Amino acid sequence: MVTNLLTDYWPILVLLLVSLGFAGIAMGGGLLLGPRRSSARKQEAYESGMRAIGPGTRQMPVRFYLVAVLFILFDIEVIFFLPWAVVFRQYYENGLGAFILLEMLVFIVILLVGYAYAWKKGALEWE
Amino acid sequence: MTPDQILFIVTALISTLAAVMVVSRRNMVHAALFLVLTLFGVAVAFVLLEAPFLAVVQVLVYIGAIAILMIFAVMLTRNVTDDSGDPFNKNARVGGLAALFVFSLLVVMFGGWSQFTAYPQAGDTSGSIVQLGVALTAADGYVIAFEVASMLLLGALVGAIFVVWPRQNENE
Repeated sequence: MVTNLLTDYWPILVLLLVSLGFAGIAMGGGLLLGPRRSSARKQEAYESGMRAIGPGTRQMPVRFYLVAVLFILFDIEVIFFLPWAVVFRQYYENGLGAFILLEMLVFIVILLVGYAYAWKKGALEWE
Repeated sequence: MTPDQILFIVTALISTLAAVMVVSRRNMVHAALFLVLTLFGVAVAFVLLEAPFLAVVQVLVYIGAIAILMIFAVMLTRNVTDDSGDPFNKNARVGGLAALFVFSLLVVMFGGWSQFTAYPQAGDTSGSIVQLGVALTAADGYVIAFEVASMLLLGALVGAIFVVWPRQNENE
């Protein structure tokens, strides 16, 4: 079983090891080799080389939350596309192409109502 | 012990410890980050159970989206980085007992289920994405549930906009 896992998920394991190794070497190397001369300016939060304005984790406008919710909803919509797309050809070859297409059309049209609402309401815009 | 079991035990330990950290951290942002680790452990569990699609969904939706939403939700509250205070209140003991009761109930229930210790056999395709696709789209399958899912998403979309959108009478 685990041999199966190794062949199937080998790239993910490699990615995990490379990212951990890269971060570890970069941080560990800096810790070991780099000089450490601290100053008040260096202790500030890094903000693209500029002086940071206000705390980094201040209260956010609720609009960000709306964006995140919209992202999740369309993310889940896409997740539903995948199993549908995988079996589409199977249906098509059995002469049921119209049926499976209609299924997804119903699914999308229902969501398009919400999309139109969000668009009309201006929820997709950032003033 | 087989390598599978070792992998499972390590994953289970990491996710359980991370879950304990989620409920015991005084800083809510840290708790949210530990939640990401817990969810990742669950994704590995799905992989071990040969449910790759669920593992992908777990990473994409839960780690990619729900965790971000959690962090946004935390940042909407006041004084996020400050110490949120002792996460345990005077009901902690009662809550712990209730959790223990539910947990033992689940252990008894699942212990009596013959499929509980069953492990997916090699060549078993019941967890594959093709099977899921057929189940979701077949006329004698879950096609109604599939369409209702889009209604649920629609409801959530409209609801989110309605809750967040400023009321007109409040602007007057």
